[in-house]
Amino acid sequence: MAQGSLDKSGYRGASRNGLWAWINRRLPVDAFLRSQVLEYYAPKNFNFWYFFGSLALVVLVLQLLTGIYLTMFYKVGATTSFDSVEFIMREVPFGWLIRYLHSTGASAFFIAVYLHMYRSLLYGSYKAPRELLWLFGMLIYLTLMAEAFLGYVLPWGNMSYWAATVIINLFGTIPGIGPGLVEWIRGDYGVADATLNRFFSLHVVAVPLILLLLVALHLVALHEVGSNNPDGVEIKDRKDARGKPLDGIPFHPYYTVKDIVGVCAFLVALAIVVFFVPTLGDVFLEKANFEPANPLSTPDPISPSWYFTPYYAILRAVPDQRIGALLMLIAVMSFFFLPWLDRSPVRSMRYRGWISRLFLALFTISFLGLMYLGMQPAQEPYVTLSRIFAVPYFLYFWLMPWYSKIDRVKPVPERVTYHG
Amino acid sequence: MVRLATATLLLLAGAPLALAAEPAASPANVGPSSATEATKPQASELAREPGGSEQSAPVRWQSWRAGNSVLDSSSIQRGARNFMNYCNGCHSLKYMRYQRMADDLQIPTSVMTADLVAPGSSSLDYIGTAMPAADAINWFGKQPPDLSLIARSRTVDYLYQYLKTFYSDPSRPTRSDNLAYPTTAMPAVLSDLEGVKAAVFRDAPGGKVFDHFETISPGNMTPEQFDGFVRDIVNFLDYVGDPSQVERRRIGLFVVLFLLALTALAYMLKKEYWKDVH
Amino acid sequence: MSEVGAMTDHPQPEIDEGRRKFLTVATGVTAAVGAVVAAVPFVASWTPSERARALGAPVEVDLSKLQTGQMITPTWRLKPIYIVRRDQAMVDKLPQNDNRLKDPKSQSSIQPEYARNEMRSRRADLLVLIGICTHLGCLPKQFFDAGDPVLGADWPGGFRCPCHGSRFDLAGRVFDGSPASTNLVVPPYSFRDQNTLIIGLDSPEKGAA
Repeated sequence: MAQGSLDKSGYRGASRNGLWAWINRRLPVDAFLRSQVLEYYAPKNFNFWYFFGSLALVVLVLQLLTGIYLTMFYKVGATTSFDSVEFIMREVPFGWLIRYLHSTGASAFFIAVYLHMYRSLLYGSYKAPRELLWLFGMLIYLTLMAEAFLGYVLPWGNMSYWAATVIINLFGTIPGIGPGLVEWIRGDYGVADATLNRFFSLHVVAVPLILLLLVALHLVALHEVGSNNPDGVEIKDRKDARGKPLDGIPFHPYYTVKDIVGVCAFLVALAIVVFFVPTLGDVFLEKANFEPANPLSTPDPISPSWYFTPYYAILRAVPDQRIGALLMLIAVMSFFFLPWLDRSPVRSMRYRGWISRLFLALFTISFLGLMYLGMQPAQEPYVTLSRIFAVPYFLYFWLMPWYSKIDRVKPVPERVTYHG
Repeated sequence: MVRLATATLLLLAGAPLALAAEPAASPANVGPSSATEATKPQASELAREPGGSEQSAPVRWQSWRAGNSVLDSSSIQRGARNFMNYCNGCHSLKYMRYQRMADDLQIPTSVMTADLVAPGSSSLDYIGTAMPAADAINWFGKQPPDLSLIARSRTVDYLYQYLKTFYSDPSRPTRSDNLAYPTTAMPAVLSDLEGVKAAVFRDAPGGKVFDHFETISPGNMTPEQFDGFVRDIVNFLDYVGDPSQVERRRIGLFVVLFLLALTALAYMLKKEYWKDVH
Repeated sequence: MSEVGAMTDHPQPEIDEGRRKFLTVATGVTAAVGAVVAAVPFVASWTPSERARALGAPVEVDLSKLQTGQMITPTWRLKPIYIVRRDQAMVDKLPQNDNRLKDPKSQSSIQPEYARNEMRSRRADLLVLIGICTHLGCLPKQFFDAGDPVLGADWPGGFRCPCHGSRFDLAGRVFDGSPASTNLVVPPYSFRDQNTLIIGLDSPEKGAA
């Protein structure tokens, strides 16, 4: 073993050659690589649920790259946007591929993020000392929803127009300032060219910058506390003679090599969709958006993209406009409170009792159920079903201080369970 | 292995979600009907001779499927010709260039210029229509829509149903109406090919319900010929809606196979390194 | 020692470094190939779109009204095309310029094969050039009359670029002393008939250049 190196990865450190040493006297690249990747220890018992953080990062890069290219050909404007998207699809060499990668990537982003969040619900990754990490993640989620909504308006199809109209009208429910706020957001008396143009700027410049900042903060917060794991055991509690966690392994090469497998498998799924079923029925690219925006004709039925439909179902379930909007807001914001709603002495579902598991299972079913119901027309039996399904959704959060406390827990092991 | 299986499961789980999310192709589409056996209208479902007295089930035109394949380029070529001869008089294809169509469908330039390109246009132009917008609004109440994306915004099945469910209705200005799009402003322009048919309605709770068609006068084509004619047009419109789709699938095959191989390699690499971990 | 993350009693298998290296290289090379192929659509998207190529299609020009000694300037592929009607006297005097030219035989200049002659054109009476100075891209001005007061008594007629003073003769060939080093470019062109010029096509039946 060479002095000061880790031969697992083959990295020989700052003594490698003159140029590397020159750089490192001026920029702490070596120290950064060591502390963040080579000597950063992660629990060895990560399972399938732990792929989705790195996958979300991959999709972010994909969206940035394809988005940059789309912006080279897209012409923003109420009279030009729709035509320019067809120009990209038909006349720009491989434009269709760049477009489909971007539209599929948007959905892939939410699949990754939802599964990534679900991992946290399974293993209590939001509990102390990871509350801030969770909050940054939730802010990323909100920012992502904004980015997706803004981006969906840009093709200026009929669904783009009406999605913008409906969502902006939601702000009109705010008491007092509502109507003025709606006109301020739109920049016109209805959703129009002014709205489209400012949404373009926000989608391409402002919100991606915010997203990048939040992702950076999320990663810094993660590295400060270290990852949780499926057993909820704190690996930093038990260290060996050299001060390394007994149940930890260096991120590189073990998790770099494992995450690459995840990325490749993910790319297979992405490629299947992009090349064979880019619209995925009507889910990833809706039919109504292949017609230009028409202020005189609302699509029937109308629904937002699938990743918003759980909340849309809750909105539609309530006959009162204001209360519906408020409940929808509470549905999203409830996630923020999880670290403090959860009173369980253990982190992971593996060691919680049947009550917690039941509530999580009901929440899962209701989330998926609401997602399906939100895509259906606003008629019976879907409305009544939405009301029924919304109940376990809210109870999961707001009964948690009670059921997480009274639930019987199993003894948590001292070491992680790993079968190599 | 578990990961791969779960990922596959997720994708497969997404498929029913996708199918469930697909809104009905027409307002009255109720219940599942087997797509394969309902693809082609049965002879008994096409217009019957008047005076027939069989009490059979109502014709389920909503379950007719276009059943087209964009890989059938000769069908698309025929559809292009059909479109230019019967539809282009009123409908434009403003996102499609003649030359692009010729290149994709392997139509020789001479045929393109002689049969397809409108007089006064060049093969590089987008496909317009000769009908002036003002006259169209005067005659029909609105401009006949551009059809470049109609197959994507309405589905091929709907287009097929639409073209095959015109029926005679002397009370309307166009003297016809349509089951798939009631009160359509479009006249039954294909009636000299298909013939003229009447729609027979039956009383049912909640109002009249369509039962079957009856022939009033035959057209120049047999029912099978007309059916093929319509399918070709629909196939052509499917192509026009997304011209890159054939190339997309061809490239996709290579990409997916390559990525599967890469995944296998990456997996072996992972297994090798993780021998260290206990 | 090869185990990581735990102390165990199991006998440890030796690390096969060779296998690790092979798999790393194999995966890396395959991924690199994939990355290069994945870059192709992005690079290709910058090539001229179908719209650009359609707008850059060959242009037909009617020459019936073009008089001797006159020039018309249609546009092809966003460039000005100089079309000059020459008379026989102008063409006959062209060889006299040869010893004052940088590239009299057009050996390092750009033109189609049929324009690689003394008169740099298909027909003596018509000169077809891309009107962009081969120095830094300005549009040369026409000075067709011989013996110009500004250009000198021995000026045979041709073009002079206003930006840096490059001079070209009535076949578009560059004079010594000019900042430009090659003759004005001749585009592909052909004739549909006596008076119809097609810029951008080497022959009326072929596809676009």
